[in-house]
Amino acid sequence: MIVTNFFQGLRNSLFGKTPTQRWETRTAWLFLAPNLLGFMLFTVFAVGMAFWLSFQEWDLFNQSNPVGLANYIRLFTGDPDFMRALYNTVYFVIGVVPAGAVLSLILALLVNQKIKGVSLFRTALYVPVVTPTIAVGLIWVWLYNSDFGLINSFLSQLGFSQTPNWLTSSTWSKPAIVLTNIWQNAGYYMVIYLAALQNIPDQLYEAAKIDGATRWQQFSRITLPLLSPTTFLVFVMKTMGAFKIFEAAYIMTEGGPGGSTETIVYYIYKNGFEWFRMGYAAAIAWVLFAIIFLCTLFQFKIQKTWVYYE
Amino acid sequence: MRETLNMVGITKPAAQQELLNLRFANNKGKRIHNQFFWERALIYLMLILFSAAALVPLLWAVSSSLKTPEQIFLFPPRWIPNPIRWENYRMAWTMAPFGRFLLNTSFLTIVITLLQLATSCLAAYAFARLQFPGRDKLFLLYLGTMMIPGQVTIIPNFILMKFFGWVNSYKALIFPAVFNVFGTFLMRQYFLTLPYELEDAAKIDGCSRFQTFLRIILPLAKPAVAALTIFVFRNEWNSFLWPLIIINDTKRMPIQVGLAFFRGELHTEWEVLLAGANIALIPIILVFLACQKYFIKGVAVSGFGGR
Repeated sequence: MIVTNFFQGLRNSLFGKTPTQRWETRTAWLFLAPNLLGFMLFTVFAVGMAFWLSFQEWDLFNQSNPVGLANYIRLFTGDPDFMRALYNTVYFVIGVVPAGAVLSLILALLVNQKIKGVSLFRTALYVPVVTPTIAVGLIWVWLYNSDFGLINSFLSQLGFSQTPNWLTSSTWSKPAIVLTNIWQNAGYYMVIYLAALQNIPDQLYEAAKIDGATRWQQFSRITLPLLSPTTFLVFVMKTMGAFKIFEAAYIMTEGGPGGSTETIVYYIYKNGFEWFRMGYAAAIAWVLFAIIFLCTLFQFKIQKTWVYYE
Repeated sequence: MRETLNMVGITKPAAQQELLNLRFANNKGKRIHNQFFWERALIYLMLILFSAAALVPLLWAVSSSLKTPEQIFLFPPRWIPNPIRWENYRMAWTMAPFGRFLLNTSFLTIVITLLQLATSCLAAYAFARLQFPGRDKLFLLYLGTMMIPGQVTIIPNFILMKFFGWVNSYKALIFPAVFNVFGTFLMRQYFLTLPYELEDAAKIDGCSRFQTFLRIILPLAKPAVAALTIFVFRNEWNSFLWPLIIINDTKRMPIQVGLAFFRGELHTEWEVLLAGANIALIPIILVFLACQKYFIKGVAVSGFGGR
């Protein structure tokens, strides 16, 4: 009796009390099953395993060794290469995020004008977004070529006698990658800003005009505040993206010269798949996650001070 | 116009008319007209400059890929190649199996897009429309993992593939890519916005849950399906890190990895290398031009995380 009660209770709480509810639960699990299986294996299990791995030393071939916190300790105290990768990545984030957001806003304002042929410009500006980073990275290597590249030939026509060596100089390699990244992503955030711009009711501008507001006043008192939730979104998304820059560095500079463009993700790749330090690579990946998480949290915390919600 | 005036507190019809007259009178004025002209010209100029900046790198790649080795190292550079050398594309095609790369990528893109749509939509339907114990907790688990960057799971997944003996196979490229949390999330959010009445009607007519899903919900969710299709398609065409790790046989390489591999083979023959880059680039640009409406709409539908 007690046993049947127990099983009935279990069944009721797992599948529902009435036959209809139980039938619906069964249907639901059938719908979920394919996705859930993959999710459990490739995401949930993988995350758990990555956590376990980060406390191990393992080269894939021999027995793994538990090493406690050693991987994390080494990352922060005994690994100048990681510190360099961290510095480079932060450089990219700072270089890409504000400048890219401003550019996208300018583009959105331009393509929001009611003028002829504007959709053609929208299309043109969006083309770089769909391009694969590896292919365009290769193209940019050619553009940055210090002797025969289009960019330096343009600069020397403008009258610069000394042109940078871009990808082969450790001073210019980072700005070069920042520029390529901004070029590639500007159109995406332009579309996000454009959607937000089109949501601002025209009446507000009409009213401001009647009150004698100048163009600049309309922009700074109406457009910018009403766009601030979008700006917040753009900053969060761009920050997350910039922390994961890898492909551009891989194809354009191979992390060089002298490690000047080696990012955190690049360093994870090298540790994991060139040097087979699985545990160490997993630890770096968790640190990357922690950094992105804290940055996002920080952005959410300070949004109260500058984001305007109606 | 009048509503606007009402809104700002000018409600007397006479005052409204006066203001409106003033406005139209002004519009006819020549000075204002001139101002509009210059403003427009400035907007066009900036649009042309920015669009040129967006397109010049790609056009330059096309131009360079059609040059002879002597022309490519001319300084200052010339835009129009003379003679045009189609040969470079044939050389790229024979030096690396680009045909095979393209075939691999097309196959993978189609299979992954279809499978991911199927699993995401099914799971999303359960999350959005069915009642079962633990549903919201499970969905929270899905959401929670969306924050974790793919770089965390890439190492364990590689080890899993090794354990399954799938390294260097299509299976390793397909299966981990099929179960996408973002897709499930996107579809669930969209399903939630659909009205319940149609579903109830279908139920009364004797449709099973699966039939309801297939015949009622899915057709209604076309915009979201289109957005997800574009999103997955673009991701797969451009995917790099995972195939770079898991595939080292040129026969199974997708195009981007193949291109990077090809780059390592020949360092200095820029005209051929750029021909290769264009082969990897032009198909997705053509797809974009053909369905740009969906690409741009997809940004708005998928928004956060759609990148």
